Amino acid sequence: MKAKIIEILTDIRSEFDFNEDVNFFQNGMLDSFDIVTLVTALDEEYKISIDGKDIIPDNFSSLNAIESLLSKYGAK
Amino acid sequence: MNFHFTNKKISGILTILPGNEVTFEDEMGNYNFSEAKSLKLKAAMGFNKKRIVKPGITISDLCLYGLNYLLDHNLLQKEDIDALILVTQSPDYIMPPTSNIIQGALGLKSDMLCMDINQGCAGYIVGLMQGFMLLDQPEIKKVVLMNADVLSPKVSKRDRNSNPLIGDAASITILERSNIATSITCALKMNGQGAFALQIPAGGAKLPNSPETAEMIEDANGNYRSKDHLVMKGDEVFNFVQTEVPPLIHEVFKLANITKEEIDYFMFHQPNRFMLQKLADKIGVSRDKMPSNIVENFGNSSSVTIPLAITFNIGNEIENKHYKLCLSGFGVGLTWSAMVLDIGPLEFCKQIDY
Repeated sequence: MKAKIIEILTDIRSEFDFNEDVNFFQNGMLDSFDIVTLVTALDEEYKISIDGKDIIPDNFSSLNAIESLLSKYGAK
Repeated sequence: MNFHFTNKKISGILTILPGNEVTFEDEMGNYNFSEAKSLKLKAAMGFNKKRIVKPGITISDLCLYGLNYLLDHNLLQKEDIDALILVTQSPDYIMPPTSNIIQGALGLKSDMLCMDINQGCAGYIVGLMQGFMLLDQPEIKKVVLMNADVLSPKVSKRDRNSNPLIGDAASITILERSNIATSITCALKMNGQGAFALQIPAGGAKLPNSPETAEMIEDANGNYRSKDHLVMKGDEVFNFVQTEVPPLIHEVFKLANITKEEIDYFMFHQPNRFMLQKLADKIGVSRDKMPSNIVENFGNSSSVTIPLAITFNIGNEIENKHYKLCLSGFGVGLTWSAMVLDIGPLEFCKQIDY
């Protein structure tokens, strides 16, 4: 799953290496508008609908956070 | 707070759109972002084209154009207008009220009420509520509700957060008493502690416009705007809407003693497609029943988006058919509102270009 998430993230912000273990927001790799694009891509890829209440930066701040969120929706 | 109205109805809706159309691509070069990134956002949010006025055109111009259209086509008679309500955040002047200016320009009778209401995205429902309340007065038989905003001059052209979505428009809704027993249910909430999530910082008494407030400043996301411009804390507004609106919708269903399956259409305020689709999913209704196509075709025109969603999506049908609608407006204030009502057949439901 991580490889797919990295592929999606890289498609959104190709100038960054999302393999790095850093906070994507604190390091300026994502902003709040990137979340919109990211959620749209994740919804489509995993055939889910991430609840609006879960669309907060903390849930998209790292690969582990995104993977954890997707697991909550049964994504595999 | 809940409201209930009986024996009232909407008898006609007209929306007035500036003829001037601007596309997302026309302005994409203004933003401090790569083209690829901007296009991805365009797809997710539903940005495409919007209608904005030419310089110098204000809300009274749009409202008067619409009112004269109705008068000229015998869809409204001057002497029948007992109240003019105008919901706007972009009045022609700080004083006098723009509704009085419109009354004077049309030469309406003096034995009537003119009223400006400062409300934004929830302003259609606030205006309807005010109109329905006035109709309880014996001398008020017909209320003309105008929703109008020209906010495009208040948005920085270099602000990708707001500029792609802001449109200008006006609507006129005719409210009357109904001979048929009708029941309209409404729920409304406000939270002034979130008032500055959407604001224009300068231009009022607290911070008058000055060369200092006009200075363009880059924000953390690469947008440029001044304190004279509209600023929106997009993530705060998004989370407010996703958290507060779904429970309010369920509350209004409970009050009206109906189920969501009985609703023909959910005509909601139109901030952007992404937010509306998430709301539809959260409330558990088909995305087809909640149109989200106003921003992509006309832009977000604040309190006009609900009547515009009606005229654009079901304008032809509703002149001959009856629908049960759930309306919801949310935003500036912070204010969030929902209304369930039966509507149609309407005497008119159309949109015209200015």
